[in-house]
Amino acid sequence: MSDLYEKTATELASLLRAKKTSSVEITESVLSRIEALEPKIHSYVNIYPDLALSMAKEADQRILDGRARPLTGIPIAIKDNMCLQNEKTTCGSRILANFRPPYDATVVRLIREEGMVILGSANMDEFAMGSSTETSYWGPTRNPWDAERIPGGSSGGSAAAVACGQATVSIGSDTGGSIRLPASFCGVTGMKPTYGAVSRFGLVAYASSLDQIGPFARDISDVSLLLNLLCRHDPLDSTSVPIEHPDFTKFLDKPVSGMTLGVPVEFFSKLENEDVESSLSDARKVFEKLGVKFVELSLPSLDYGIAAYYIIAPCEASSNLARYDGVKYGHRARDFDGMIEMYCKTRAEGFGAEVKRRIMLGTYSLSSGYYDAYYLKAAKIRTLITKDFKQSFESCDAIFCPVAPAPAFKIGEKVDDPIQMYLTDVFTIPVNMAGLPGISCPAGFSSDGLPIGLQLIAPHFGESKLVQLVAAFQKETDYHLRRPAL
Amino acid sequence: MKITLEQVDYVAVLGRLDLSHDEKIKYMGQLDDILKYMDALSAVPTEDVEPMAGPVELFTPLREDIVKPSLSLERALTNAPSSDGSSFLVPKIIE
Repeated sequence: MSDLYEKTATELASLLRAKKTSSVEITESVLSRIEALEPKIHSYVNIYPDLALSMAKEADQRILDGRARPLTGIPIAIKDNMCLQNEKTTCGSRILANFRPPYDATVVRLIREEGMVILGSANMDEFAMGSSTETSYWGPTRNPWDAERIPGGSSGGSAAAVACGQATVSIGSDTGGSIRLPASFCGVTGMKPTYGAVSRFGLVAYASSLDQIGPFARDISDVSLLLNLLCRHDPLDSTSVPIEHPDFTKFLDKPVSGMTLGVPVEFFSKLENEDVESSLSDARKVFEKLGVKFVELSLPSLDYGIAAYYIIAPCEASSNLARYDGVKYGHRARDFDGMIEMYCKTRAEGFGAEVKRRIMLGTYSLSSGYYDAYYLKAAKIRTLITKDFKQSFESCDAIFCPVAPAPAFKIGEKVDDPIQMYLTDVFTIPVNMAGLPGISCPAGFSSDGLPIGLQLIAPHFGESKLVQLVAAFQKETDYHLRRPAL
Repeated sequence: MKITLEQVDYVAVLGRLDLSHDEKIKYMGQLDDILKYMDALSAVPTEDVEPMAGPVELFTPLREDIVKPSLSLERALTNAPSSDGSSFLVPKIIE
Protein backbone atom coordinates (compact mmCIF):
# COMPACT_ATOMS: atom_id res chain seq x y z
CA MET A 1 0.00 0.00 0.00
CA SER A 2 1.30 3.45 -0.89
CA ASP A 3 1.74 6.04 1.85
CA LEU A 4 -1.35 7.92 2.92
CA TYR A 5 0.10 11.28 1.84
CA GLU A 6 0.16 10.06 -1.77
CA LYS A 7 -3.54 9.27 -1.90
CA THR A 8 -6.26 11.50 -3.30
CA ALA A 9 -9.09 12.88 -1.17
CA THR A 10 -11.50 10.57 -2.99
CA GLU A 11 -9.40 7.50 -2.10
CA LEU A 12 -8.89 8.64 1.49
CA ALA A 13 -12.59 9.40 1.97
CA SER A 14 -13.48 5.85 1.00
CA LEU A 15 -10.80 4.42 3.34
CA LEU A 16 -12.18 6.62 6.13
CA ARG A 17 -15.76 5.49 5.48
CA ALA A 18 -14.62 1.85 5.54
CA LYS A 19 -12.76 2.57 8.84
CA LYS A 20 -9.53 1.34 7.23
CA THR A 21 -7.65 4.41 8.38
CA SER A 22 -8.22 7.48 10.54
CA SER A 23 -7.90 11.18 9.89
CA VAL A 24 -5.17 11.29 12.56
CA GLU A 25 -3.15 8.67 10.64
CA ILE A 26 -3.62 10.56 7.38
CA THR A 27 -2.72 13.89 8.99
CA GLU A 28 0.38 12.42 10.64
CA SER A 29 1.51 11.02 7.29
CA VAL A 30 1.06 14.38 5.55
CA LEU A 31 2.69 16.31 8.43
CA SER A 32 5.76 14.07 8.29
CA ARG A 33 5.93 14.61 4.53
CA ILE A 34 5.78 18.38 5.15
CA GLU A 35 8.59 18.12 7.71
CA ALA A 36 10.74 16.04 5.34
CA LEU A 37 10.33 18.26 2.27
CA GLU A 38 9.88 21.76 3.67
CA PRO A 39 13.63 22.57 3.76
CA LYS A 40 13.80 21.79 0.05
CA ILE A 41 10.42 22.99 -1.31
CA HIS A 42 9.16 25.62 1.16
CA SER A 43 5.47 25.34 0.27
CA TYR A 44 4.31 26.84 3.56
CA VAL A 45 4.53 30.16 5.35
CA ASN A 46 3.11 28.71 8.57
CA ILE A 47 2.45 25.09 9.50
CA TYR A 48 -0.05 24.23 12.25
CA PRO A 49 0.61 20.63 13.42
CA ASP A 50 -1.29 21.04 16.71
CA LEU A 51 -4.32 22.61 15.06
CA ALA A 52 -4.23 19.95 12.32
CA LEU A 53 -4.08 17.04 14.75
CA SER A 54 -6.87 18.43 16.92
CA MET A 55 -9.03 18.93 13.81
CA ALA A 56 -8.16 15.37 12.74
CA LYS A 57 -9.28 13.99 16.11
CA GLU A 58 -12.55 15.86 15.82
CA ALA A 59 -12.99 14.52 12.29
CA ASP A 60 -12.44 10.95 13.50
CA GLN A 61 -15.10 11.47 16.16
CA ARG A 62 -17.52 12.80 13.54
CA ILE A 63 -16.89 9.79 11.34
CA LEU A 64 -17.47 7.49 14.35
CA ASP A 65 -20.72 9.32 15.15
CA GLY A 66 -21.93 8.95 11.57
CA ARG A 67 -21.83 12.72 10.97
CA ALA A 68 -19.15 12.67 8.25
CA ARG A 69 -19.42 14.78 5.14
CA PRO A 70 -17.64 13.97 1.83
CA LEU A 71 -14.36 15.71 2.78
CA THR A 72 -14.38 15.18 6.55
CA GLY A 73 -10.89 14.27 7.79
CA ILE A 74 -9.05 15.31 4.60
CA PRO A 75 -5.97 17.56 5.06
CA ILE A 76 -5.96 20.86 3.16
CA ALA A 77 -3.50 23.75 2.75
CA ILE A 78 -4.87 27.28 2.55
CA LYS A 79 -3.21 30.08 0.62
CA ASP A 80 -1.76 32.69 2.97
CA ASN A 81 -4.24 35.36 1.78
CA MET A 82 -7.37 33.82 3.31
CA CYS A 83 -8.26 34.82 6.85
CA LEU A 84 -7.72 32.06 9.36
CA GLN A 85 -9.09 33.22 12.70
CA ASN A 86 -6.36 33.82 15.34
CA GLU A 87 -3.64 32.28 13.15
CA LYS A 88 -1.12 34.32 11.17
CA THR A 89 -2.40 35.36 7.73
CA THR A 90 0.43 37.32 6.10
CA CYS A 91 -0.40 37.44 2.38
CA GLY A 92 3.30 36.75 1.78
CA SER A 93 4.07 40.26 3.02
CA ARG A 94 6.09 41.89 5.75
CA ILE A 95 3.30 44.43 6.26
CA LEU A 96 1.02 41.63 7.53
CA ALA A 97 3.82 39.55 9.11
CA ASN A 98 2.10 39.44 12.50
CA PHE A 99 -1.53 39.84 11.46
CA ARG A 100 -3.92 37.43 13.15
CA PRO A 101 -7.42 37.88 11.71
CA PRO A 102 -10.22 38.17 14.27
CA TYR A 103 -12.52 36.21 11.90
CA ASP A 104 -12.51 33.37 9.35
CA ALA A 105 -12.83 33.85 5.60
CA THR A 106 -16.07 32.24 4.36
CA VAL A 107 -14.11 29.50 2.56
CA VAL A 108 -12.25 28.73 5.80
CA ARG A 109 -15.56 28.54 7.67
CA LEU A 110 -16.89 26.11 5.04
CA ILE A 111 -13.72 24.00 5.35
CA ARG A 112 -14.12 23.88 9.13
CA GLU A 113 -17.82 23.00 8.89
CA GLU A 114 -16.97 20.17 6.50
CA GLY A 115 -14.57 18.79 9.11
CA MET A 116 -11.48 19.10 6.94
CA VAL A 117 -8.03 19.33 8.52
CA ILE A 118 -6.19 22.65 8.11
CA LEU A 119 -2.43 22.01 7.75
CA GLY A 120 -1.15 25.55 7.39
CA SER A 121 -0.91 28.59 5.16
CA ALA A 122 0.62 28.10 1.73
CA ASN A 123 3.31 30.39 0.35
CA MET A 124 2.47 32.93 -2.35
CA ASP A 125 3.74 35.96 -4.19
CA GLU A 126 3.35 39.03 -1.98
CA PHE A 127 -0.30 40.15 -2.18
CA ALA A 128 -0.71 37.56 -4.98
CA MET A 129 1.26 39.82 -7.32
CA GLY A 130 3.48 37.56 -9.33
CA SER A 131 3.73 34.49 -11.53
CA SER A 132 6.52 32.68 -9.70
CA THR A 133 6.08 32.86 -5.88
CA GLU A 134 9.47 34.59 -5.79
CA THR A 135 8.08 37.86 -4.43
CA SER A 136 7.03 36.29 -1.11
CA TYR A 137 8.58 38.07 1.87
CA TRP A 138 9.23 34.55 3.23
CA GLY A 139 11.37 33.47 0.30
CA PRO A 140 10.48 31.50 -2.84
CA THR A 141 8.75 28.13 -3.08
CA ARG A 142 10.61 25.65 -5.28
CA ASN A 143 9.16 23.46 -8.00
CA PRO A 144 8.97 19.84 -6.75
CA TRP A 145 9.91 18.61 -10.25
CA ASP A 146 13.10 20.68 -10.34
CA ALA A 147 14.12 22.66 -7.27
CA GLU A 148 16.07 25.14 -9.41
CA ARG A 149 12.80 26.26 -10.96
CA ILE A 150 9.82 28.31 -9.82
CA PRO A 151 6.49 26.56 -9.10
CA GLY A 152 4.47 29.26 -10.87
CA GLY A 153 2.46 31.82 -9.01
CA SER A 154 1.00 33.42 -7.27
CA SER A 155 -0.47 30.33 -5.52
CA GLY A 156 2.87 28.48 -5.83
CA GLY A 157 2.81 27.02 -2.32
CA SER A 158 -0.71 25.61 -2.77
CA ALA A 159 0.30 23.89 -6.03
CA ALA A 160 3.71 22.61 -4.88
CA ALA A 161 2.26 21.19 -1.64
CA VAL A 162 -0.33 19.12 -3.52
CA ALA A 163 2.23 18.00 -6.13
CA CYS A 164 4.61 16.51 -3.57
CA GLY A 165 2.20 15.17 -0.93
CA GLN A 166 2.62 18.03 1.55
CA ALA A 167 -1.18 18.41 1.34
CA THR A 168 -3.92 16.19 -0.05
CA VAL A 169 -5.70 19.18 -1.59
CA SER A 170 -5.40 22.96 -1.29
CA ILE A 171 -7.06 26.23 -2.19
CA GLY A 172 -5.57 29.23 -3.90
CA SER A 173 -6.76 32.42 -5.56
CA ASP A 174 -6.54 33.44 -9.20
CA THR A 175 -6.50 37.06 -10.38
CA GLY A 176 -4.70 36.63 -13.71
CA GLY A 177 -3.72 32.95 -13.69
CA SER A 178 -2.56 32.42 -10.12
CA ILE A 179 -4.25 29.01 -9.79
CA ARG A 180 -3.94 27.69 -13.35
CA LEU A 181 -0.29 28.65 -13.90
CA PRO A 182 1.16 26.94 -10.79
CA ALA A 183 -1.16 23.95 -11.38
CA SER A 184 0.35 23.65 -14.87
CA PHE A 185 3.96 24.09 -13.68
CA CYS A 186 3.56 21.61 -10.80
CA GLY A 187 1.55 18.94 -12.64
CA VAL A 188 -1.67 19.15 -10.63
CA THR A 189 -5.28 20.01 -11.50
CA GLY A 190 -6.43 23.51 -10.56
CA MET A 191 -9.57 25.47 -11.33
CA LYS A 192 -10.49 29.13 -11.27
CA PRO A 193 -14.28 29.12 -10.97
CA THR A 194 -16.60 31.76 -12.45
CA TYR A 195 -16.29 35.19 -10.83
CA GLY A 196 -18.98 35.22 -8.15
CA ALA A 197 -19.13 31.42 -7.69
CA VAL A 198 -16.93 31.31 -4.57
CA SER A 199 -17.16 33.88 -1.77
CA ARG A 200 -14.31 36.37 -1.51
CA PHE A 201 -15.24 37.37 2.05
CA GLY A 202 -12.01 37.19 4.07
CA LEU A 203 -9.79 36.92 1.00
CA VAL A 204 -7.16 39.68 1.18
CA ALA A 205 -8.10 41.85 -1.80
CA TYR A 206 -5.67 42.36 -4.68
CA ALA A 207 -7.86 43.29 -7.69
CA SER A 208 -11.43 42.80 -6.54
CA SER A 209 -13.08 42.57 -9.96
CA LEU A 210 -10.69 39.78 -11.00
CA ASP A 211 -9.89 37.79 -7.81
CA GLN A 212 -11.48 34.37 -7.41
CA ILE A 213 -10.77 31.46 -5.02
CA GLY A 214 -10.51 27.91 -6.36
CA PRO A 215 -9.22 24.39 -5.68
CA PHE A 216 -6.01 22.43 -6.38
CA ALA A 217 -5.98 18.63 -6.34
CA ARG A 218 -4.24 15.64 -7.88
CA ASP A 219 -7.24 14.69 -9.98
CA ILE A 220 -10.58 15.99 -11.19
CA SER A 221 -12.59 13.86 -8.79
CA ASP A 222 -11.04 15.75 -5.85
CA VAL A 223 -11.58 19.06 -7.65
CA SER A 224 -15.28 18.26 -8.03
CA LEU A 225 -15.59 17.49 -4.30
CA LEU A 226 -13.98 20.83 -3.43
CA LEU A 227 -16.21 22.68 -5.90
CA ASN A 228 -19.23 21.16 -4.17
CA LEU A 229 -17.96 22.61 -0.91
CA LEU A 230 -16.79 26.03 -2.16
CA CYS A 231 -19.34 27.10 -4.78
CA ARG A 232 -22.24 28.63 -2.90
CA HIS A 233 -23.84 31.99 -2.35
CA ASP A 234 -22.54 34.12 0.51
CA PRO A 235 -24.50 37.14 1.72
CA LEU A 236 -21.24 38.57 3.10
CA ASP A 237 -19.85 39.05 -0.44
CA SER A 238 -22.02 41.38 -2.53
CA THR A 239 -20.52 39.98 -5.76
CA SER A 240 -21.38 36.40 -4.78
CA VAL A 241 -23.98 35.24 -7.30
CA PRO A 242 -27.10 33.65 -5.77
CA ILE A 243 -27.53 30.60 -8.00
CA GLU A 244 -27.88 26.88 -7.32
CA HIS A 245 -24.75 24.97 -8.29
CA PRO A 246 -25.08 21.37 -9.48
CA ASP A 247 -23.48 18.37 -7.75
CA PHE A 248 -20.20 18.46 -9.70
CA THR A 249 -19.38 14.80 -8.97
CA LYS A 250 -22.34 13.87 -11.22
CA PHE A 251 -20.29 15.06 -14.23
CA LEU A 252 -17.29 12.77 -13.64
CA ASP A 253 -18.70 9.90 -15.68
CA LYS A 254 -20.66 11.77 -18.32
CA PRO A 255 -19.57 10.98 -21.89
CA VAL A 256 -18.08 13.87 -23.88
CA SER A 257 -18.83 12.51 -27.34
CA GLY A 258 -20.51 15.19 -29.45
CA MET A 259 -19.10 18.09 -27.44
CA THR A 260 -17.20 20.81 -29.30
CA LEU A 261 -13.95 22.49 -28.27
CA GLY A 262 -12.86 25.82 -29.75
CA VAL A 263 -9.23 26.48 -30.66
CA PRO A 264 -8.27 30.19 -30.54
CA VAL A 265 -5.91 30.76 -33.48
CA GLU A 266 -4.40 33.85 -31.81
CA PHE A 267 -3.19 31.70 -28.92
CA PHE A 268 -1.72 28.90 -30.98
CA SER A 269 0.03 31.24 -33.41
CA LYS A 270 2.02 32.57 -30.43
CA LEU A 271 3.35 29.17 -29.37
CA GLU A 272 7.06 28.76 -29.84
CA ASN A 273 7.76 25.97 -27.38
CA GLU A 274 7.81 22.58 -29.08
CA ASP A 275 7.05 20.63 -25.92
CA VAL A 276 3.94 22.71 -25.22
CA GLU A 277 2.86 22.41 -28.86
CA SER A 278 3.25 18.65 -28.96
CA SER A 279 1.50 18.15 -25.60
CA LEU A 280 -1.45 20.21 -26.81
CA SER A 281 -1.63 18.38 -30.12
CA ASP A 282 -1.51 14.99 -28.32
CA ALA A 283 -4.25 16.19 -25.97
CA ARG A 284 -6.36 17.16 -28.96
CA LYS A 285 -6.01 13.62 -30.34
CA VAL A 286 -7.19 12.18 -27.01
CA PHE A 287 -10.31 14.33 -27.11
CA GLU A 288 -10.92 13.51 -30.79
CA LYS A 289 -10.74 9.81 -29.97
CA LEU A 290 -13.44 10.45 -27.36
CA GLY A 291 -15.69 11.95 -30.03
CA VAL A 292 -15.03 15.62 -29.29
CA LYS A 293 -15.16 17.94 -32.30
CA PHE A 294 -12.78 20.88 -32.75
CA VAL A 295 -13.52 24.25 -34.36
CA GLU A 296 -11.14 27.13 -35.02
CA LEU A 297 -11.95 30.43 -33.35
CA SER A 298 -10.71 33.95 -33.73
CA LEU A 299 -10.62 36.13 -30.61
CA PRO A 300 -8.63 39.15 -31.80
CA SER A 301 -9.12 41.33 -28.73
CA LEU A 302 -7.41 38.76 -26.51
CA ASP A 303 -4.11 40.07 -27.86
CA TYR A 304 -4.69 43.15 -25.71
CA GLY A 305 -5.42 41.18 -22.55
CA ILE A 306 -2.05 41.67 -20.85
CA ALA A 307 -1.83 45.39 -21.51
CA ALA A 308 -5.39 45.96 -20.28
CA TYR A 309 -4.91 43.68 -17.27
CA TYR A 310 -1.74 45.45 -16.15
CA ILE A 311 -3.72 48.68 -16.04
CA ILE A 312 -6.88 47.37 -14.37
CA ALA A 313 -5.24 45.12 -11.76
CA PRO A 314 -2.69 47.70 -10.51
CA CYS A 315 -5.43 50.39 -10.44
CA GLU A 316 -7.61 48.21 -8.23
CA ALA A 317 -4.57 47.18 -6.18
CA SER A 318 -3.43 50.74 -5.54
CA SER A 319 -6.88 51.47 -4.15
CA ASN A 320 -7.24 48.20 -2.20
CA LEU A 321 -3.79 48.47 -0.65
CA ALA A 322 -4.42 52.00 0.60
CA ARG A 323 -5.72 50.37 3.79
CA TYR A 324 -2.18 49.36 4.83
CA ASP A 325 -1.36 52.54 6.69
CA GLY A 326 -0.04 51.27 10.02
CA VAL A 327 -3.17 52.34 11.93
CA LYS A 328 -5.60 49.48 12.51
CA TYR A 329 -3.43 46.43 11.86
CA GLY A 330 -0.18 45.39 10.24
CA HIS A 331 3.31 46.83 10.37
CA ARG A 332 3.96 50.41 11.55
CA ALA A 333 7.32 52.15 11.05
CA ARG A 334 9.17 53.10 14.24
CA ASP A 335 10.63 56.50 13.40
CA PHE A 336 8.49 59.13 11.76
CA ASP A 337 7.53 62.75 12.07
CA GLY A 338 3.79 63.17 11.69
CA MET A 339 0.98 61.18 10.14
CA ILE A 340 1.89 61.35 6.43
CA GLU A 341 5.46 60.30 7.13
CA MET A 342 4.14 57.42 9.22
CA TYR A 343 2.10 56.20 6.22
CA CYS A 344 4.96 56.63 3.75
CA LYS A 345 7.61 54.91 5.89
CA THR A 346 5.26 52.14 7.03
CA ARG A 347 4.39 51.28 3.44
CA ALA A 348 7.97 51.62 2.20
CA GLU A 349 9.16 49.16 4.87
CA GLY A 350 6.18 46.83 4.65
CA PHE A 351 5.81 46.30 0.88
CA GLY A 352 8.26 44.54 -1.43
CA ALA A 353 9.47 45.68 -4.85
CA GLU A 354 6.70 44.18 -7.01
CA VAL A 355 3.91 45.47 -4.78
CA LYS A 356 5.43 48.96 -4.83
CA ARG A 357 5.79 48.77 -8.62
CA ARG A 358 2.09 47.93 -9.02
CA ILE A 359 0.98 50.61 -6.55
CA MET A 360 3.04 53.13 -8.55
CA LEU A 361 1.62 51.91 -11.86
CA GLY A 362 -1.96 51.93 -10.57
CA THR A 363 -1.64 55.30 -8.88
CA TYR A 364 -0.16 56.77 -12.07
CA SER A 365 -2.91 55.29 -14.29
CA LEU A 366 -5.65 56.65 -12.03
CA SER A 367 -4.05 60.05 -11.50
CA SER A 368 -5.56 63.20 -12.91
CA GLY A 369 -5.05 63.48 -16.67
CA TYR A 370 -4.27 59.80 -17.25
CA TYR A 371 -7.52 58.08 -16.22
CA ASP A 372 -9.12 58.23 -19.69
CA ALA A 373 -5.99 57.10 -21.52
CA TYR A 374 -5.35 54.15 -19.26
CA TYR A 375 -8.09 52.88 -16.92
CA LEU A 376 -11.07 53.85 -19.09
CA LYS A 377 -9.41 52.48 -22.23
CA ALA A 378 -8.58 49.20 -20.47
CA ALA A 379 -12.14 48.90 -19.12
CA LYS A 380 -13.47 49.24 -22.68
CA ILE A 381 -11.06 46.61 -23.95
CA ARG A 382 -12.33 44.37 -21.17
CA THR A 383 -15.78 44.67 -22.75
CA LEU A 384 -14.34 43.64 -26.14
CA ILE A 385 -12.56 40.61 -24.65
CA THR A 386 -15.78 39.51 -22.94
CA LYS A 387 -17.72 39.91 -26.21
CA ASP A 388 -15.14 37.83 -28.10
CA PHE A 389 -15.54 35.03 -25.57
CA LYS A 390 -19.35 35.20 -25.61
CA GLN A 391 -19.38 34.97 -29.37
CA SER A 392 -17.00 31.98 -29.30
CA PHE A 393 -19.27 30.05 -26.99
CA GLU A 394 -21.99 30.16 -29.66
CA SER A 395 -19.94 27.63 -31.62
CA CYS A 396 -18.29 25.55 -28.87
CA ASP A 397 -18.85 24.11 -25.39
CA ALA A 398 -15.43 25.16 -24.12
CA ILE A 399 -12.17 26.64 -25.35
CA PHE A 400 -9.04 24.48 -25.62
CA CYS A 401 -5.64 26.18 -25.23
CA PRO A 402 -2.32 26.12 -23.35
CA VAL A 403 -1.98 27.45 -19.81
CA ALA A 404 1.45 28.98 -20.36
CA PRO A 405 3.75 29.62 -23.35
CA ALA A 406 6.50 27.42 -21.83
CA PRO A 407 7.10 25.15 -18.81
CA ALA A 408 8.45 26.43 -15.46
CA PHE A 409 11.39 28.84 -15.72
CA LYS A 410 14.45 29.11 -13.47
CA ILE A 411 14.41 30.94 -10.15
CA GLY A 412 15.70 34.47 -10.71
CA GLU A 413 15.30 34.30 -14.50
CA LYS A 414 12.59 36.97 -14.77
CA VAL A 415 12.61 38.85 -11.45
CA ASP A 416 14.20 41.98 -12.89
CA ASP A 417 12.18 42.01 -16.10
CA PRO A 418 8.56 42.78 -15.20
CA ILE A 419 7.23 42.59 -18.77
CA GLN A 420 8.71 39.13 -19.40
CA MET A 421 7.21 38.00 -16.06
CA TYR A 422 3.82 39.50 -17.00
CA LEU A 423 3.84 37.73 -20.40
CA THR A 424 3.83 34.35 -18.62
CA ASP A 425 0.11 34.96 -18.06
CA VAL A 426 -0.80 35.73 -21.68
CA PHE A 427 -3.22 32.76 -21.96
CA THR A 428 -4.75 32.95 -18.48
CA ILE A 429 -5.42 36.69 -18.03
CA PRO A 430 -8.28 37.08 -20.57
CA VAL A 431 -10.28 34.50 -18.58
CA ASN A 432 -10.23 36.70 -15.46
CA MET A 433 -11.04 39.79 -17.50
CA ALA A 434 -14.28 38.12 -18.61
CA GLY A 435 -14.89 36.37 -15.24
CA LEU A 436 -15.04 32.91 -16.86
CA PRO A 437 -14.20 29.54 -15.29
CA GLY A 438 -10.92 27.99 -16.43
CA ILE A 439 -9.11 24.81 -15.49
CA SER A 440 -5.54 23.58 -15.80
CA CYS A 441 -5.10 19.84 -16.29
CA PRO A 442 -1.79 17.93 -16.62
CA ALA A 443 -1.34 17.12 -20.32
CA GLY A 444 2.30 16.19 -20.83
CA PHE A 445 5.93 16.73 -19.92
CA SER A 446 8.76 18.65 -21.52
CA SER A 447 11.88 16.87 -22.78
CA ASP A 448 13.54 17.72 -19.45
CA GLY A 449 10.68 16.31 -17.39
CA LEU A 450 8.69 19.43 -16.47
CA PRO A 451 4.88 19.25 -16.35
CA ILE A 452 2.82 20.97 -19.04
CA GLY A 453 -0.81 21.92 -18.51
CA LEU A 454 -3.79 22.15 -20.80
CA GLN A 455 -6.33 24.93 -20.21
CA LEU A 456 -10.06 24.61 -20.81
CA ILE A 457 -12.32 27.65 -20.53
CA ALA A 458 -16.12 27.49 -20.23
CA PRO A 459 -18.96 30.02 -20.30
CA HIS A 460 -20.02 31.64 -17.01
CA PHE A 461 -21.06 28.97 -14.48
CA GLY A 462 -19.99 26.22 -16.90
CA GLU A 463 -17.73 24.54 -14.29
CA SER A 464 -19.61 21.27 -14.77
CA LYS A 465 -18.52 21.14 -18.43
CA LEU A 466 -14.90 21.55 -17.37
CA VAL A 467 -15.29 18.73 -14.85
CA GLN A 468 -16.88 16.52 -17.50
CA LEU A 469 -14.16 17.19 -20.10
CA VAL A 470 -11.19 16.87 -17.74
CA ALA A 471 -12.64 13.71 -16.16
CA ALA A 472 -12.90 12.10 -19.60
CA PHE A 473 -9.33 13.20 -20.41
CA GLN A 474 -7.89 11.88 -17.14
CA LYS A 475 -9.50 8.47 -17.73
CA GLU A 476 -7.51 8.22 -20.98
CA THR A 477 -4.19 9.65 -19.75
CA ASP A 478 -1.82 9.21 -16.80
CA TYR A 479 -0.03 12.59 -16.69
CA HIS A 480 -1.96 13.54 -13.56
CA LEU A 481 -0.84 10.34 -11.83
CA ARG A 482 2.91 10.97 -12.20
CA ARG A 483 4.67 12.35 -9.15
CA PRO A 484 7.99 14.12 -8.82
CA ALA A 485 10.90 11.99 -7.53
CA LEU A 486 11.84 13.51 -4.17
CA MET B 1 10.50 58.76 -21.95
CA LYS B 2 6.80 58.57 -21.10
CA ILE B 3 7.43 59.25 -17.43
CA THR B 4 9.79 61.73 -15.76
CA LEU B 5 11.49 61.64 -12.37
CA GLU B 6 9.18 64.47 -11.23
CA GLN B 7 6.17 62.34 -12.10
CA VAL B 8 7.64 59.38 -10.22
CA ASP B 9 8.11 61.67 -7.20
CA TYR B 10 4.54 62.89 -7.44
CA VAL B 11 3.06 59.39 -7.85
CA ALA B 12 5.10 58.13 -4.88
CA VAL B 13 3.57 60.90 -2.75
CA LEU B 14 0.06 60.03 -3.95
CA GLY B 15 0.71 56.34 -3.26
CA ARG B 16 2.18 57.18 0.16
CA LEU B 17 5.45 55.38 -0.57
CA ASP B 18 8.75 56.67 0.79
CA LEU B 19 11.07 55.61 -2.06
CA SER B 20 14.85 55.94 -2.13
CA HIS B 21 16.49 57.74 -5.05
CA ASP B 22 17.68 54.40 -6.46
CA GLU B 23 14.17 52.96 -6.28
CA LYS B 24 12.78 55.99 -8.08
CA ILE B 25 15.32 55.63 -10.89
CA LYS B 26 14.56 51.90 -11.19
CA TYR B 27 10.77 52.41 -11.21
CA MET B 28 11.07 55.26 -13.71
CA GLY B 29 12.74 52.92 -16.21
CA GLN B 30 10.41 50.00 -15.53
CA LEU B 31 7.22 52.08 -15.56
CA ASP B 32 8.39 53.64 -18.80
CA ASP B 33 8.83 50.18 -20.38
CA ILE B 34 5.43 49.05 -19.09
CA LEU B 35 3.65 52.22 -20.28
CA LYS B 36 5.24 51.83 -23.72
CA TYR B 37 3.90 48.30 -23.82
CA MET B 38 0.43 49.69 -22.93
CA ASP B 39 0.58 51.94 -25.99
CA ALA B 40 -0.60 48.96 -28.05
CA LEU B 41 -4.05 49.66 -26.63
CA SER B 42 -4.36 52.97 -28.46
CA ALA B 43 -4.56 51.01 -31.74
CA VAL B 44 -7.90 49.50 -30.67
CA PRO B 45 -10.95 51.54 -31.69
CA THR B 46 -13.22 51.89 -28.64
CA GLU B 47 -15.35 54.98 -29.34
CA ASP B 48 -18.67 53.15 -29.10
CA VAL B 49 -17.66 50.60 -26.48
CA GLU B 50 -19.07 50.73 -22.97
CA PRO B 51 -16.43 50.32 -20.24
CA MET B 52 -16.74 47.28 -18.00
CA ALA B 53 -15.97 47.48 -14.28
CA GLY B 54 -16.53 43.84 -13.41
CA PRO B 55 -17.77 40.52 -14.78
CA VAL B 56 -21.02 40.21 -12.84
CA GLU B 57 -24.08 42.36 -13.08
CA LEU B 58 -24.12 44.24 -9.83
CA PHE B 59 -27.32 44.41 -7.87
CA THR B 60 -28.12 45.68 -4.41
CA PRO B 61 -28.81 42.73 -2.14
CA LEU B 62 -31.45 43.62 0.45
CA ARG B 63 -31.80 41.99 3.85
CA GLU B 64 -33.96 42.31 6.92
CA ASP B 65 -32.81 44.98 9.37
CA ILE B 66 -31.90 42.67 12.23
CA VAL B 67 -29.41 43.36 15.02
CA LYS B 68 -26.61 40.80 14.97
CA PRO B 69 -23.46 40.45 17.07
CA SER B 70 -20.38 42.13 15.60
CA LEU B 71 -16.68 42.28 16.40
CA SER B 72 -16.06 43.27 20.05
CA LEU B 73 -13.92 46.34 20.79
CA GLU B 74 -11.26 44.15 22.32
CA ARG B 75 -11.02 41.85 19.29
CA ALA B 76 -11.09 44.76 16.85
CA LEU B 77 -8.04 46.23 18.58
CA THR B 78 -5.97 43.04 18.88
CA ASN B 79 -3.92 43.79 15.75
CA ALA B 80 -3.52 47.51 16.35
CA PRO B 81 0.11 48.72 16.26
CA SER B 82 -0.85 51.19 18.98
CA SER B 83 -4.05 51.46 21.05
CA ASP B 84 -5.25 52.56 24.47
CA GLY B 85 -7.80 49.78 24.92
CA SER B 86 -10.68 51.72 23.40
CA SER B 87 -9.22 53.47 20.32
CA PHE B 88 -6.48 53.23 17.70
CA LEU B 89 -3.67 55.65 18.57
CA VAL B 90 -2.13 57.75 15.80
CA PRO B 91 0.27 60.72 15.73
CA LYS B 92 -1.27 64.10 16.42
CA ILE B 93 -2.90 65.47 13.24
CA ILE B 94 -4.33 68.83 14.32
CA GLU B 95 -1.86 71.38 15.66
